[in-house]
Amino acid sequence: MIRDAAENFLADVSDSAAVRKAMASERGYDESVWQRIASELGWCGIAVPEEHGGLGLGAVEIALVQEQIGRRLLCAPFFSTVCLAANILKEVGSNAAQKQYLSSLAEGGLRATLPLPSDVAGWSAAAANVVATRESGHWRIQGVVDRVPDAANAELLLIFANTSEGLGLFAVPADSNGMQILTAEPWDTTRRFSRVIMDLMLPADARVDEPIRSAGFARSLALARLYVAAEQLGAAQQCLDLTVAYTATRKQFGRVVGSFQAVKHRCAEMMVKIEALRSAVYGAAAQAAGDASIDVLATECMMARALAGDALFYCAGEAIQLHGGVGFTWEYDPQLYFKRAQASSHWLGDSDALREQIAETLFSSAVHA
Amino acid sequence: MNLQSTAADETFRKEVATWMQKHLVGKYTSLKYRGGPGDEEADPAMRKEWERELAAGQWTCVGWPADAGGRGLSIEQQVIFHEEYARAGGPGRMGHIGEGLLGPALIKFGSEAQKKEFLPGIVAGTTFWAQGYSEPGAGSDLANVQTKCWQEADGSWRVSGQKIWTSLAHESEWIFVLARCEPGSKGNKGLAFLLMPLNQPGIEIRGIRQLGGGCEFNEVFFDSATAQANHIVGAPGDGWKVAMGLLEAERGVSTLGQQMHFTHELDLVIAAARATGKDKNPQVRQRIANAWCGLRVMRYNALRMLSGDSTTLQREAIIGKYYWSNWHRDLGKLAVDVLGPLADVPSDDPAIRPLQQLFFFSRADTIYAGTNEIQLNLIAERGLGMPREPRPAA
Repeated sequence: MIRDAAENFLADVSDSAAVRKAMASERGYDESVWQRIASELGWCGIAVPEEHGGLGLGAVEIALVQEQIGRRLLCAPFFSTVCLAANILKEVGSNAAQKQYLSSLAEGGLRATLPLPSDVAGWSAAAANVVATRESGHWRIQGVVDRVPDAANAELLLIFANTSEGLGLFAVPADSNGMQILTAEPWDTTRRFSRVIMDLMLPADARVDEPIRSAGFARSLALARLYVAAEQLGAAQQCLDLTVAYTATRKQFGRVVGSFQAVKHRCAEMMVKIEALRSAVYGAAAQAAGDASIDVLATECMMARALAGDALFYCAGEAIQLHGGVGFTWEYDPQLYFKRAQASSHWLGDSDALREQIAETLFSSAVHA
Repeated sequence: MNLQSTAADETFRKEVATWMQKHLVGKYTSLKYRGGPGDEEADPAMRKEWERELAAGQWTCVGWPADAGGRGLSIEQQVIFHEEYARAGGPGRMGHIGEGLLGPALIKFGSEAQKKEFLPGIVAGTTFWAQGYSEPGAGSDLANVQTKCWQEADGSWRVSGQKIWTSLAHESEWIFVLARCEPGSKGNKGLAFLLMPLNQPGIEIRGIRQLGGGCEFNEVFFDSATAQANHIVGAPGDGWKVAMGLLEAERGVSTLGQQMHFTHELDLVIAAARATGKDKNPQVRQRIANAWCGLRVMRYNALRMLSGDSTTLQREAIIGKYYWSNWHRDLGKLAVDVLGPLADVPSDDPAIRPLQQLFFFSRADTIYAGTNEIQLNLIAERGLGMPREPRPAA
């Protein structure tokens, strides 16, 4: 149901023309669409508990929405606000921090983000160059963090920092004194990243993670990988759909090129990879919704993310090839997916690094499920 | 996708596991993990005894309805049975052609007399069947059957022609045959589905030696061989309908059991990598991780298939054969790469022999039951709605 609603809504508001318009805009997305997502559709609160004004659903439903978002390359702060910020606050946030932020995140009134490192280590890599120290009842945050998505539009940044007791998560208002947000325009302008340079003071309650919930860091990382994978799944599906539609109309040698076995088999290979990936993503989402241990969930989500990165790049490349000359143009859409494929290939670890982690798990355990 | 199982299912799972633990012992111990594809020649006599052991515990034909002599298990419980059977190392089933293919066809299309005559022997593990479909000129183009049959004055049928790739014909008592009963007919029209004893003067069986050295397939030659008048299933001309109904019978319930065996094979590869030191090789680690990912994909794909709505096209079902067969073939190459020179000499070592068999036999996986190329046609045409291959009018 939520899947069909997302499919219909996004086909309407995030078609190729809308995406290109958003890409060319200064902000990078259409505020009126974002407002509808937040207020009409309630997607921002999908996985937020009901006590904080959300729908109380979970990973399965977010993954379904993300799949459709990826299919349409929706330009909006949904990924950063919901898949990253609300996700981590729910998993590691103190009661006070959840109370303070989750309801405004759920209603879409607060746009938030956190770093999306390319290092397979995940959140700890995002804290590598950030230090938090206590100074006279305040927190002083110093350092640099790269690759913060949608930072230029966010009101709240969640920053990982090394404290004397280990990893900590800090809520930093975007308008804090002592913070610089530098945004470079990437090839994939559907999602923009910033470098954040900080030397600033925060009140004592700015640390939002609850130390006894620190296992939630690993769980939120696994879920973030799942949500990236779901988005990549949708994007891969669109590459196939565009290709099947185009090859059904393009004629050469007196017949549509989609009737040639050389073309059909390549489309079929795309479908095999996509359906395999869909099974992996839905399976990992079902594990997240069930009672899987964090170790199992972490490995399942690495699996989904590794497969998704490879499948999307494969399908985007095939889409260009099978569109022939027009596939190489700015005008046709395969280029958008090709750029997203490469950009997203290393979010939270590239496929090689993720597979190495999986291999380590396999070789270090006597048995595997 | 539902990953939780009911308490009743868990009780059933325990019942199967306990039974296997109690019975796959003693003289049957040597059969553990044996007799799968590529290993079907492993101790057929003992495996036939094992079939009767299973029958005594009512573990044959578990998916058949009770009035046909089966156990009438639900889809969920059939899946559990196959999973636990494979987990325990249950040997490849000598009776699978009768149980999985002929039985369901007889239940659906057979006369009462045929059911009464043939089903009990399948359930009891005493009658073994071979499948006579493929011919030298009817491989991917299965409907191009040339073997002909005709009816004598006494109503009995005579069959002449040649079948090929007939698994375990030399260990079977009966064969079901697709033959052309209307001279001049083409394609899937004009075929008959006949049941024939293999031990008769008009039938000759010759083994086909495979690239791995084994001989589990055969050629079967028919020279005016006889089928009784009452041993035609369906009407003359309905043969294709009967044969296709039977290919649909399987429904993927044994898929998770097959994957349990794949898991066992990957475990052997991981153990071999540890033993040869290849577990330190980054490329080997990538390939092993990839193989593990493929196993998870197959499991979730099967769960999607089983929980799906069977009235609509199931995209996960249509990719199934292509996915597992290519995964398995890649695992075979990975296995021998991990073994290195140890793979080069035929071995009886239980850590090596199965991997050698895997390497050689998995080359057949992407050919039988629809080649890769046929699978890709099906996926493109049925899965993606792309234009059909031109086919000559029948």
